[in-house]
Amino acid sequence: MKSLQQILKSFVLLELLKGLRLTGKYFFAKKITVQYPEEKTPQSPRFRGRHALRRYPNGEERCIACKLCEAVCPALAITIEAEPREDGSRRTTRYDIDLFKCIYCGFCEEACPVDAIVETREYEYHFENRGENIMTKEMLLAMGDKYEQQIAADRAADAPYR
Amino acid sequence: METLLAVWEAIPETWQNLLWIIVKILAIAVPIMLAVAYLTLAERKVIGYIQVRIGPNRVGPRGLLQPIADGLKLALKEIIIPTRANRFLFLMAPLLALAPALAAWAVVPFDDGMVLADISAGLLYVLALTSLSVYGIIIAGWASNSKYAFLGAMRSAAQMVAYEIAMGFALVGVLMAAGSLNLGEIVRAQEGSLLHWFWLPLLPLFFVYFISGVAETNRAPFDVAEGESEIVAGFHVEYSGMSFALFFLAEYANMILISALTAVMFLGGWLSPFQGIPGLEDLFAWVPGIVWLLLKMSVFLFLFLWFRATFPRYRYDQIMRLGWKVFIPITIVWLLVIGVAIMAHLGPWFD
Repeated sequence: MKSLQQILKSFVLLELLKGLRLTGKYFFAKKITVQYPEEKTPQSPRFRGRHALRRYPNGEERCIACKLCEAVCPALAITIEAEPREDGSRRTTRYDIDLFKCIYCGFCEEACPVDAIVETREYEYHFENRGENIMTKEMLLAMGDKYEQQIAADRAADAPYR
Repeated sequence: METLLAVWEAIPETWQNLLWIIVKILAIAVPIMLAVAYLTLAERKVIGYIQVRIGPNRVGPRGLLQPIADGLKLALKEIIIPTRANRFLFLMAPLLALAPALAAWAVVPFDDGMVLADISAGLLYVLALTSLSVYGIIIAGWASNSKYAFLGAMRSAAQMVAYEIAMGFALVGVLMAAGSLNLGEIVRAQEGSLLHWFWLPLLPLFFVYFISGVAETNRAPFDVAEGESEIVAGFHVEYSGMSFALFFLAEYANMILISALTAVMFLGGWLSPFQGIPGLEDLFAWVPGIVWLLLKMSVFLFLFLWFRATFPRYRYDQIMRLGWKVFIPITIVWLLVIGVAIMAHLGPWFD
């Protein structure tokens, strides 16, 4: 009896019709496509995009060349060389991030004792030539100067959760 | 105009006939090619809508130029012939896949008398040509000299043979009901009203035919011949550029053909659905028959796309089971039922 019921059920294609009804309903559902260049999805303050090096309000760079970020980087994307500056403070002479190697995990930012290296919200960038994938210290500092306001606001917004 | 007519008169009669046939062929083939192009857009749009996306909308207004961009891209791409592939067969296969899909249109009646070749054995011709399309796929798989292509071709061959039989039996039912092999006669036999159409007396055959048609065209959920998750792209892995485009054209032309045939054989072809309903019949009498046929075809084409967006691919042994153990018995049983109905002159179809 039960098997007969099964056979009958499969013969009237009940389950297939159920499936068709479901997809048919979605045909008329409101579409959720985001038309990217014109529309954008909201971003979290924790967004991890292209990197930047920050400065103190007096203009002094934060980075003290402790090389913790270089050590923690799982992709070995960071290369740092350091030397004492004329005034005797310890500073980097070279701070390169290879954006091809970087996996944007944010560990460098976590490791930094002085909040110098951060990841900004910038994610729309591209390279047209070989070598442009390496961000030098100057480029990183320029990024920091450009986005300092947003970076500071994002850190403040995230502070209660840290 | 005068000179044109004079030139026309000067051509010998046999050439006139030939030219006239070529014009007719173009009048059928060109709209089909256009329909194929826009069917690909419709497919992407429909599947997009079902997946709560909006589909292509960047090329031209509302994405209407997308198929042209796609076609241009394929035309400009390089045709790569694998080393140690059989060059002749490799390039021959796409043509073999496409030609039957187009040739079968010769006997499809678009309106009363509007048919390229009004031959008495139209149904037989259709059956023969739809079976031929499997050769394109088998030869493509064989000539590619690639294991995935070969596996895809093997699968598709076995599947097509299985469903060909069910399809053939379903057509025998139509043949019995209509009493003719001519597709125009088959439509005329359905004259009367919506309920006189053959979908009602041949309901199981109608379903079997359409589902077999989906299987014949290697469309989801029967697309194991391509099965990208198992055998990359099946029989056409090695094809690129225009040779791939021809396979694509063939698949979609076959879809349109199956839709047209189903409409002609089970849904009364060019007949108006309001026939026999007083009031509505006269109200829609001005609509040309070809519009009704196109409308019925679009319904089936939409079903093709809807199926693809809904059903996961069949497991291979289940496809075989469905073809051999379910469809063929159903059709045979229903042939007996029709036989009895015809003997009993069961109205309104067989009186």
